[in-house]
Amino acid sequence: MAVFALAFIAHAYETAFAVRAPHLADSAQGNLRTKTFDYTRTEKVARVATAMMILGFILLFAGVIARGVSAGRVPWGNMYEFSITGALAFTTAYLGALRKYDLRWLGLFVSISVLLTLGTAVTVLYVPSAPLVPALKSAWLVIHVSTAIISGGIFLLANIIAGAFLFLDSMEKKGERAPWAKRLPSLDVLDQLSYRLVAFVFPLWTFSVIAGAIWAESAWGRYWGWDPKETWAFITWVAYAAYLHARVTVGWRGRRAAWLCIFAGSTFLFNYVYVNVWGTGKHTYSGL
Amino acid sequence: MKETVPEIGAVGLLRFVWRQLTSMRTALVLLMMLGVAAIPGSFIPQRTQNPVAVSDVFINSPTKALWYQRFSLFDVYASPWFSAIYILLFISLIGCVLPRAFEHYKASRALPPVTPKNLSRMEFHSEWKGDGDELEIARQWFKKNRFRVRELDGSISAEKGFTRETGNLFFHLALVLVLIGVSLGSLFGMRGDAIVNVGERFINTPTTYDSLSFGKLFNEKTLPPFSIEVDKFVGKYDPVTNAPLDYTMWVTVKSEPDATPEKKVVKVNSPLTFGSTRVYLQANGYSPIVTVRDPVGNVGYQGPVPFLPQDSNLSSTGAIKVPDITPQLGFVGSFFPTIGRANGGGGISVFPEALDPRLFLAAWTGDLGLDNGRPQSVYRINTDVMKQIGLKSLSPGETYTFEEGSITFETYVPWVNLQVVRDPGKSYALVGGIVAILGLLASLFTRRRRIWVSVSKKKVEVAGLAKNAAPGLELEMAQLAKALGRAE
Repeated sequence: MAVFALAFIAHAYETAFAVRAPHLADSAQGNLRTKTFDYTRTEKVARVATAMMILGFILLFAGVIARGVSAGRVPWGNMYEFSITGALAFTTAYLGALRKYDLRWLGLFVSISVLLTLGTAVTVLYVPSAPLVPALKSAWLVIHVSTAIISGGIFLLANIIAGAFLFLDSMEKKGERAPWAKRLPSLDVLDQLSYRLVAFVFPLWTFSVIAGAIWAESAWGRYWGWDPKETWAFITWVAYAAYLHARVTVGWRGRRAAWLCIFAGSTFLFNYVYVNVWGTGKHTYSGL
Repeated sequence: MKETVPEIGAVGLLRFVWRQLTSMRTALVLLMMLGVAAIPGSFIPQRTQNPVAVSDVFINSPTKALWYQRFSLFDVYASPWFSAIYILLFISLIGCVLPRAFEHYKASRALPPVTPKNLSRMEFHSEWKGDGDELEIARQWFKKNRFRVRELDGSISAEKGFTRETGNLFFHLALVLVLIGVSLGSLFGMRGDAIVNVGERFINTPTTYDSLSFGKLFNEKTLPPFSIEVDKFVGKYDPVTNAPLDYTMWVTVKSEPDATPEKKVVKVNSPLTFGSTRVYLQANGYSPIVTVRDPVGNVGYQGPVPFLPQDSNLSSTGAIKVPDITPQLGFVGSFFPTIGRANGGGGISVFPEALDPRLFLAAWTGDLGLDNGRPQSVYRINTDVMKQIGLKSLSPGETYTFEEGSITFETYVPWVNLQVVRDPGKSYALVGGIVAILGLLASLFTRRRRIWVSVSKKKVEVAGLAKNAAPGLELEMAQLAKALGRAE
């Protein structure tokens, strides 16, 4: 049973990889074609790419579910599981945002990051599925970890958009945008979009931290103990709070805001990678 | 030449400082400083979480430790500089939020502003020729969409989105409540640990604790008089990975000495609760039960001795002190719940459950040093002035006999570490947290905007103004215009 589930997961990833690879090629080709303004063909390619993204999403979703079934619990017990779920959340955030905004230009970045995350997950972080240690056995696992992962996915999406803003901004400062970049949205749109993503997910992140505190109170006897993970969650929270204030009340826009957004996002990434793998403290569930 | 500085006086200076402190820019800088100031505590070991690592720094690099100590880097989150930042931040926050709350209260009772004369200057504006009943329709539309309305001669001024500022203010005030909760917890709280053998009773008095610390304004007389008898403890482990699967403790509790006893089950995620005091199952280990006799056969000591776990397979070390036999006897011991052979020849535990327990003992004779009044650890023996008798490995039921007496390894019991925590501030912090989220949602997802409808014989005019560049007003105005009968 477990072996079957594992085989299935491996297969799901293989397919996900295979599915994403042509997507990369397609986007690249699509971008080249813009030179000739062959929009109909680009459009077709882009549609195929999106369809593959959705297929990848479904397979990844099935893979995460299968992992959960094989472990007999929610698949959020170690770093491998966090990573595959994080990749899923990230893909979901992209596809969700795609329904509302034309973000297909982002697909390239999204698929590369998902590919890298999954690659690291299967090669470096992989551990066989196993039951949870007693402290993790709580309904709060589902609430705390799922909200943290969703927040992370959206923070990173906002980060990539802020990065694209900086890149395109410096390109425009030097002169005109390169032909392939003309298709991308205007700087204003990017600026607004990354802000809106952060504003949308900041309450969720706050909730995730508070849910973690409630859980810590029942498992470890205190709701806040400046454990490295908690400290960095706090730093991320403060950084995004500063970002929101800087935008709403002080009126930061453009480059400065984008840098602050990227800084805040990197505190989140740092927390995820550094504290999980090399850090000490009570949040060392990476299984490595 | 003397420089001339305008005289502002003490009050003026105070006002200047206050204005600087409560300005948004200062608040933002303080907020970022708070984030940066929190960083060192995640790299340097902190006394409250990892006292062993702190003393390691003192042993390995004393100079570094001394400098860390000088800048409170082992207690970052209680340090003067960290406190200074957050206290200033909260003063700044209160100084910013209270006047705004007052203003907001006034504004929320006032009517929306009078319709401006020239509506075409507004951000969004449209006009068309109407048929005269638009004002009545607009009134109903505003009512249906819950706008605050001011009716004027020939026009309506409407406003919506006060929840934004309300939520914003509640969010910030809720943060103050969280801070109050945290400080109440540290002033009136207490935290203590006690190791209790299965079968023994824990009574909540200061002497039964192994370690105990009080908040500044809490004293030991106010400990609630409960008692806990540990009936049974079971730790389950994964046979493949040795990782713990489940810890369960069965207890009989009395909330007061005269209360009727109650049976309860405690797990890692479900502590016992006595009012604002909670009791957590925090760690566990084994206590070998031994009987020590003198050469004649008189019992010098009998009972369980808690040993401290050293690794995840519960290899444990401890000490057995027998001052009542002359000369005094001491045993430095290691307990292995499931014995395996280490490469070096010493013992090692290969599984945390007691499948094949073994007790390794080094027996010593001489002065234990208990009589000079200096406190010493119950888990260690200072053998400087003692003489070693010998080494022995015992299985349950076996006896080690030597010239000065004998020791029998009868059996073993598990012990549990009860962590008793009183935190009267946590409910405030929780309420603060919940209000903060609700306020945040209200402030981030409400859009404040004004819409004016003006009807004259010549034309109908609709104009709108969105504060904070909030999106969506254009769409809303299109709906209004449609409701008013504007041709597409």
